[in-house]
Amino acid sequence: MRLFSRWVFYAGFIFLYLPVVVLIVSSFNASRFGGAWEGFSFSWYQRLFQEPTIWHALVNSFVVAIYSSLLATLLGLTAALALHKYSSRLQKLHLGLLITPLIMPDILMGICLLFLFISIALKLSLFTVFLAHTTFCISYVTMIIKTRLETIEPTVLEAARDLGASSFTLFWKIVLPILSPAILAGWLLAFTLSFDDFVITFFVVGPGATTLPVYIYSMMKFGAPPMINALSSLILLFTAIITLIYYHITEGERAS
Amino acid sequence: MKRVKEWFLTFPSFGWLFFFFFIPACIVYAFAFKRADVTGTTLPGWSLDSIKTLFEKQSLILAWRTIWLCGITTLVSVCIAIPMSLHMALSPPSRQQKLLLAIMIPLWSSFIVRIFAWKIVLHPEGFIKGILLYFGLIEKSTPLLYNDLAILIVMVYSYFPFAILPLYSAASKFDFHLFEAAMDLGATWRRTFFTVYLPVMFPAILTASLMVLIPAAGAYVIPEVVGGSGSEMLGNTIARRVLLDRNLPEASALSLLLSLLIFIPAILISRCRSSQIEGYR
Repeated sequence: MRLFSRWVFYAGFIFLYLPVVVLIVSSFNASRFGGAWEGFSFSWYQRLFQEPTIWHALVNSFVVAIYSSLLATLLGLTAALALHKYSSRLQKLHLGLLITPLIMPDILMGICLLFLFISIALKLSLFTVFLAHTTFCISYVTMIIKTRLETIEPTVLEAARDLGASSFTLFWKIVLPILSPAILAGWLLAFTLSFDDFVITFFVVGPGATTLPVYIYSMMKFGAPPMINALSSLILLFTAIITLIYYHITEGERAS
Repeated sequence: MKRVKEWFLTFPSFGWLFFFFFIPACIVYAFAFKRADVTGTTLPGWSLDSIKTLFEKQSLILAWRTIWLCGITTLVSVCIAIPMSLHMALSPPSRQQKLLLAIMIPLWSSFIVRIFAWKIVLHPEGFIKGILLYFGLIEKSTPLLYNDLAILIVMVYSYFPFAILPLYSAASKFDFHLFEAAMDLGATWRRTFFTVYLPVMFPAILTASLMVLIPAAGAYVIPEVVGGSGSEMLGNTIARRVLLDRNLPEASALSLLLSLLIFIPAILISRCRSSQIEGYR
């Protein structure tokens, strides 16, 4: 069984990394159509840097990801504090409202938001994308911060109170520093979720406000220019770096 | 005073989600009880016509396709994830974190990019096709892309890491001395696995299935990119009704169906899990 599970693990591991490796290799393939290998080339990377629309989409993605992840982190923090501190009927509803988006498929979320924006006659633009991303990121951030809050020893807070700390000092001097790795991890998760989202964005994005995943999708739907391989490889590199940072944050938290 | 403070902390997220999640969901479900004319324009007044279309043959076939595609995806994913998580849990603790990270990295990387990568892997001139041809396993005309098998492969690929996380966290708490005990008493590896390990892992297996089932049921991009013309799933039809046909009532009725397909197993499994946990106490 040990042997069998090891074999399955490595097979699964290869399965997981196979497309990634193929993608990176073919980004250096000189062939125009993918498939057969026609020699090593950097030309797709060079072409990439000459394409203004890609950079425009990249900037859009960054702007949306930064604003929506910051707002979602703020809302997630207050939500987690409220859920942790109170246990009223209101909080039960609150928790339900926070959990349901986690099991709602992206496509339904996208359609719900599209219906809302149509009914309140809000013009689709990058702003509607920002509203949508904030909405689906809140739940993830809340769950991360809430888990961390539950590990705080109540005795620590009692001790601080006995020594005369006001609830304001208690929050700024004790709760917030303990929470900071979770807040950072939640923000990073929200950032990557927003940066990566395609389905919801696809429904609520306005003309001229393309984000990077939407751009890549439209490129690959209509043929598959090898430039996209190069772009995708760069995105993979970027997310791998973020994951390692995230790992170090959570690792440090575990060690302490 | 306490209530005011509670509202102060609760209101931002509560208000946001109420307005941007609860109300939109109500609007969508309400539209399912409206009717559209032939051009797709929504007519005033309420009607059950759109709900009735769900019972037409076309919709039933679609629902069945979605169910079996997700069912197989879930089954295969869990079957891969159980031994993988077992291997992780049996590794030395310092190695476990690294293995988990190795599983997580692709999960964090762009979803759309990974789907796109599969298009290269399964490309008609790609190397997988070359290998299969070389061993004579397929004909030259056998398509690897644009069919149900491609959808299944890519769905399993995309969602099985989600199954590993709950299974690994349960497996790492498993007392592996039980294995030794069972073996000392003469049980074979197979018997130990099926009668000692799997029953303990059952709640985690349920959670893992749910983690795969939910995204698989709502799949939209995967059938769109690697599926053929006849391999639409519910998500694709909903999107087509909204974006092309502009028939909002029918899209809403299908959304209602998709929600039921997800919420019913989700509620059943969480019920089953909580009764299981109480059973252990």
